Amino acid sequence: MRRAVTRASLAFGAALCALTLMVGCGGSDDEGGTTELNWFVQIQPGGSFQEVAKRCGEESDGSYEINFELLPTDASQAREQLVRRLGAEDSTIDILGMDVVWTAEFANAGWLKEWPGDREREVTKDVFDTVIETARFEDKLYGAPFNSNTQLLWYRTDEIEEPPTTWDEMIDEAEKIGPDGGLIQVQANQYEGFTAWFNALLESAGGQMLSDPETVDLPEEPTDEALEVMGRLGNSPVAAPDIDTSNEDTARLGFEAGDSAFMVNYTFAYASAGENAPDVLKNMGFAPYPRVVESEPSRPPLGGFNLGVSNYSDNPDLAFEAAACLAGPESQLTATELDGLPPSNETLYSDKAVKTAYPGFARLVQRSIADAGPRPQTAAYQDVSLAIQRSLHPPSKIDPDDVTPIFDELLSNLEDAVKREGLL
Amino acid sequence: MSAEAGRLKRFGFRRGGTTERGRSERRLGWMLCAPAVIAMLLVTAYPIGYAIVLSLQDLDLRFPEEGGFVGLSNYGAVLSSELWWQDLFNTAFVTVISVAIELALGMAIALVMFRAIFGRGVIRTAVLIPYGIVTVVAAFSWFFAFSPDTGFVNHLPLIAEDKAWFGDRFSSFAVIIMAEVWKTTPFMALLLLAGLTTIDAGLYEAAKVDGANAVQRFFRITLPLMKPAILVALLFRTLDAFRVFDTIFIMTRGAQDTESVSILGFNQLISRLNLGLGSAVSVMIFFCVLIIAFLFVRGFGVRMAEGRPGGS
Repeated sequence: MRRAVTRASLAFGAALCALTLMVGCGGSDDEGGTTELNWFVQIQPGGSFQEVAKRCGEESDGSYEINFELLPTDASQAREQLVRRLGAEDSTIDILGMDVVWTAEFANAGWLKEWPGDREREVTKDVFDTVIETARFEDKLYGAPFNSNTQLLWYRTDEIEEPPTTWDEMIDEAEKIGPDGGLIQVQANQYEGFTAWFNALLESAGGQMLSDPETVDLPEEPTDEALEVMGRLGNSPVAAPDIDTSNEDTARLGFEAGDSAFMVNYTFAYASAGENAPDVLKNMGFAPYPRVVESEPSRPPLGGFNLGVSNYSDNPDLAFEAAACLAGPESQLTATELDGLPPSNETLYSDKAVKTAYPGFARLVQRSIADAGPRPQTAAYQDVSLAIQRSLHPPSKIDPDDVTPIFDELLSNLEDAVKREGLL
Repeated sequence: MSAEAGRLKRFGFRRGGTTERGRSERRLGWMLCAPAVIAMLLVTAYPIGYAIVLSLQDLDLRFPEEGGFVGLSNYGAVLSSELWWQDLFNTAFVTVISVAIELALGMAIALVMFRAIFGRGVIRTAVLIPYGIVTVVAAFSWFFAFSPDTGFVNHLPLIAEDKAWFGDRFSSFAVIIMAEVWKTTPFMALLLLAGLTTIDAGLYEAAKVDGANAVQRFFRITLPLMKPAILVALLFRTLDAFRVFDTIFIMTRGAQDTESVSILGFNQLISRLNLGLGSAVSVMIFFCVLIIAFLFVRGFGVRMAEGRPGGS
């Protein structure tokens, strides 16, 4: 009995030691004066984020070093991992790579430090207004814009002579070709990308979801126009067969397979086609994101990362310094070079690296980001997004000839969502 | 003897007091299970109690300044929501269909394993492999197999090349149920095999002598004597199946109206960070599970342990 007790306490002691050792590995290392900062961000295949983390660490002259904590590429999964840590007030996180729609939620929850005034000027200088809007909440800056992203209309130059300006024209032209070669690729699975699509259509029609973080706007005429486009495509023979489960990847793969005439997608689609489908790339044209109404310019979806500093970080000052470097112009160009991510600084679009990454369409990307229609900034964003998905998915259930019932459902769900009432 | 007294007797109670031996055995029994009971209280009673407390509050991590005690209003919101009833139906649908298929298949596999003369060990191990695979991994395997771009299923004869399995409700449910059945039938088979081995072989000999054929022997001897094992197996699997999450989460994330109550809870808790509403959903799921267990124990008379002192 006695021996058993001794053995048990030994094991317990060993476990404690191991725990202490593990804790000792993280955090700051006072001896060399170098602080370790942890950057949580979604992984990028080209390795550009590792590259900029290394460079900023070296440039800091030994004051900090940036550890990489990779999050899943899927935005929802990445967010789940972050909120679980932040909800538990985890001090391991110093710098967060935030999707453009998380700012309000994280800030309102008290998880982010506000960017100090002098650094604010540094990290917002020369940044697109549309992008800065995504990093602000209640007139305070919570994120340093790193890279941006936007969607273009990609089309087959061997099938289409003149790219269409509106969704209706595009569906007409595709239907003329038929489902064999005329498919249209969008993102319409029940996920965040679906909300981004609807928001882009609504904004392009001249409407918006919310007039302020707690008030639903949803003007009837533009909303109807947006719903008609969704319903028409959802019920058209030229919708991709997997439209109800489609995302950025299935759209890209569908377009690369060669039976599609059109695709709306982010800029990565071009480089991807270059790698996987050189034959498609030869005939791959680009044009502005389609309009919903002839007279209104389109307002394409806006993506990208903003860098925030956690409220639970033990070294917030250094974290701001590091985040400013990570989000700086030089880093943005590295992200463009290695991962094809568009910069958030406007002047960088005349840089050679950007022109090489986007042969012939660097200006188009720049214009699309400047004109983009960001998704609403509200702390209840997840509720709003879930309400959109619940009300409108799958798009084939929208009757393009009578959108009134869907509009009523959407309006009532959205009103519940901003009040955070009921299940979603 | 009344039904009540009969049941008491089965559990070792006797009208007018217990025997000396019975009492001391019971005391020993309590002492033996005390560590387990205490451990269970620590690791399950605390979280369950905490979830109940949370469910009575308006608590949203994104709005730390708001909220407070709201009584049962979160439960009102859950029960008055169309979504809850829809998801409850989906969950019950997946549970009933998958458990029914598992029972039939599991019984067949159990009989094969029982009768196998050569390589018993190998057969039993082979049958158990799907159960040993992590559910998420199994779900991904099935998901990729049925994806139009990466899967092999659409290249099989008689199946359309561009069939989007997860694009409509019926085919999504079909794949989800297949994956569930594939994964957990071995568990069912194992429990049933345990029941099979308790049947006295002499009964079969006697029946054979009396001229009973194989079908009669199965329905007149095997099934009635296996009833306790079957009910326990059904109870375990039903409780398990009702909490289905991983498979649906991986395959559709609840799209095409395939959402289960567990995913509904996840959406409130993790996506919306609405701890009050989410806990109310979790507590409701817990109640559903309790009701299922109660129905099995009361309705079908499942006894978890056989042959206790004073038992029949």
